[in-house]
Amino acid sequence: MLVHRVVFALARLAGLVSRRAGRGAGRTLPGRLALLLRRDSLERLARGRSVVLVSGTNGKTTTTRLLTAALGFAGPVVSNSSGSNLERGLVSALLDAEAGVSAVLEVDEVVLPTAMSSCRPVVVVLLNLSRDQLDRTSEVTFHVKRWREALTLYGGTVVANADDPLVATAVRGARPTEHDVVWVAAGQPWRGDLALCPSCGGAWEELVEPWSCAHCSARRPDPHWALDGGELVAREGSRWSLALALPGRANAANAGMAVAAACVLDVPAEVSVELARSVTDVEGRYLSSRQGDHDLRLLLAKNPAGWLEALSEITSGPAPVVIALNARSADGTDPSWLWDVPFERLAGRRVVVTGERATDLAVRLHYAEVAHEVHPDLRACVQALPPGACDVVANYTAFVQARASLARGLS
Amino acid sequence: MTDSRVRIVSVLPALLGTYGDGGNVVVLERRLAWRGIPVQVVRTTVQDPCPAEGDLYVLGGGEDEAQLLALDVLRTSALRAVLDRGTPLLAVCAGLQLLGSSLAAGSESFVEGLGMVDLTTARLSRRAVGEVVTRPEESTGLNRLTGFVNHGGSTVLGSEARPFGQVLEGPGNAGESDPVEGVLQGSVIGTYLHGPVLARNPALADLLLTRAVGSPLPHLEPGLPEQLHAERLARRG
Repeated sequence: MLVHRVVFALARLAGLVSRRAGRGAGRTLPGRLALLLRRDSLERLARGRSVVLVSGTNGKTTTTRLLTAALGFAGPVVSNSSGSNLERGLVSALLDAEAGVSAVLEVDEVVLPTAMSSCRPVVVVLLNLSRDQLDRTSEVTFHVKRWREALTLYGGTVVANADDPLVATAVRGARPTEHDVVWVAAGQPWRGDLALCPSCGGAWEELVEPWSCAHCSARRPDPHWALDGGELVAREGSRWSLALALPGRANAANAGMAVAAACVLDVPAEVSVELARSVTDVEGRYLSSRQGDHDLRLLLAKNPAGWLEALSEITSGPAPVVIALNARSADGTDPSWLWDVPFERLAGRRVVVTGERATDLAVRLHYAEVAHEVHPDLRACVQALPPGACDVVANYTAFVQARASLARGLS
Repeated sequence: MTDSRVRIVSVLPALLGTYGDGGNVVVLERRLAWRGIPVQVVRTTVQDPCPAEGDLYVLGGGEDEAQLLALDVLRTSALRAVLDRGTPLLAVCAGLQLLGSSLAAGSESFVEGLGMVDLTTARLSRRAVGEVVTRPEESTGLNRLTGFVNHGGSTVLGSEARPFGQVLEGPGNAGESDPVEGVLQGSVIGTYLHGPVLARNPALADLLLTRAVGSPLPHLEPGLPEQLHAERLARRG
């Protein structure tokens, strides 16, 4: 068997060659190769560093970015900033880091248990759980169970969203005494995956905020940190105005989670809030782009919970909306989740749609009685709109395409 | 009854609504309203899971534990009387399974079903996932259907039940090699197809509505739903 040093050198070389040849950004190939040659590559690369893992259905990439910025205050930090969040992406990120450098890694919710046992993180940040790519991953209750099992074997600190009953249940199931758990009331407007109480299995009935079960003693944990509009409030009463460059409620929630996690690692809240403000776009999310007479803002929404947040953001202003939808493997090949999104809220707004599954989206809007037009590509969509601002919302592969075409220029 | 509205009952949507199946009810409601036919949608909860006075009932798909709770509360409900009366019912995925005489769900490999449709469901060794095209039984008068399935059940029909359709592409009731899809028995139409199935197949929505109303429906101009149906059938790969 090859020694790790040789394996890692080979993997780095492969990444270099791949990048030189213009075959992608080398985000997963080195990791894939290293894991093929040594199955324990992640464990070995994580050894001797302080690792933070960030997981959840939505907000992983942004929270990871915000936390990386905050921890940068204390020294160099490596991260899988491009969002390659499977084991090979984690390995690729760590291959480029010097020994001992801290790491903030976003991890796919399915991969989290494996990553926790390999990386032995000092902190795990758990954002939220909701349905996503049901054709490829599992139903949500399965993740709750696997997270709980992984947390049972884990000795570090957990920073968890208290407002998500599924996350809170997984954490409490593993740590009934709640030692080394930092609860953040970061909000979770989406409730579509709570058919049953995750604790007692009774039919979920939610009458008031914060959440509690009508049948058993399960209730929202008492938070150490809470979001209050645009402010973050600590349990003892200190308040920080977030004033982020990133828009929307969901990003305030991501920042709250990042600040709480940074605090565990001794970065004071005033410092991490300041550093979070300096983050302007995250891999093209919320990117503003001037294209001819149009000012575009790019948003990613890839599942019903993400769309709920995106709808609040885009309906807070009057701008027309472009929606791009694909259903490739990375998106989930079944776009029936469109019917779980309250698109009715777009009624009266100028809406244009595109993407490989534009017709599925058009039918959804048709039944929601939202007037819209379908165009063959993003360029045609934007050209159909009057000059000025517009929001472009896309799911994963459509977002990647949109980001690339904005970088090239639409005209 | 003095109320002339067509009453559509969405049975326990909070428990049986994981795969966008709530969309089926939206489609039915809009297609009546657009024809000028007054319509009311009732979305039921565990307190009153199945009111007796409905013209059309819809059951959707759900996760295992939610399906078992739905099964429990439906055992003592008016659903049997509704079906005895011949009221049309669309049952999708988990909804189809719980109408049968037995099913497998969660940690249970044998759960007694509602026994309203002659079928049994065991566990599939590998989940059936993917696009499906079927040719429905001739008596329905329907052309091909398109949908997306995602289930771990292996359903076998008994002698009282007939297949809803023959599989032209994709997995059937009992997985990859099964040539039949869905079920017809009495006033029940059952299928594993999501999409939601009525969003992709407007003719099936209109068949259910015709039965619910009891007379031919006014014409509705074809448009986007028919285009989606054709597009999904024509897809390759």
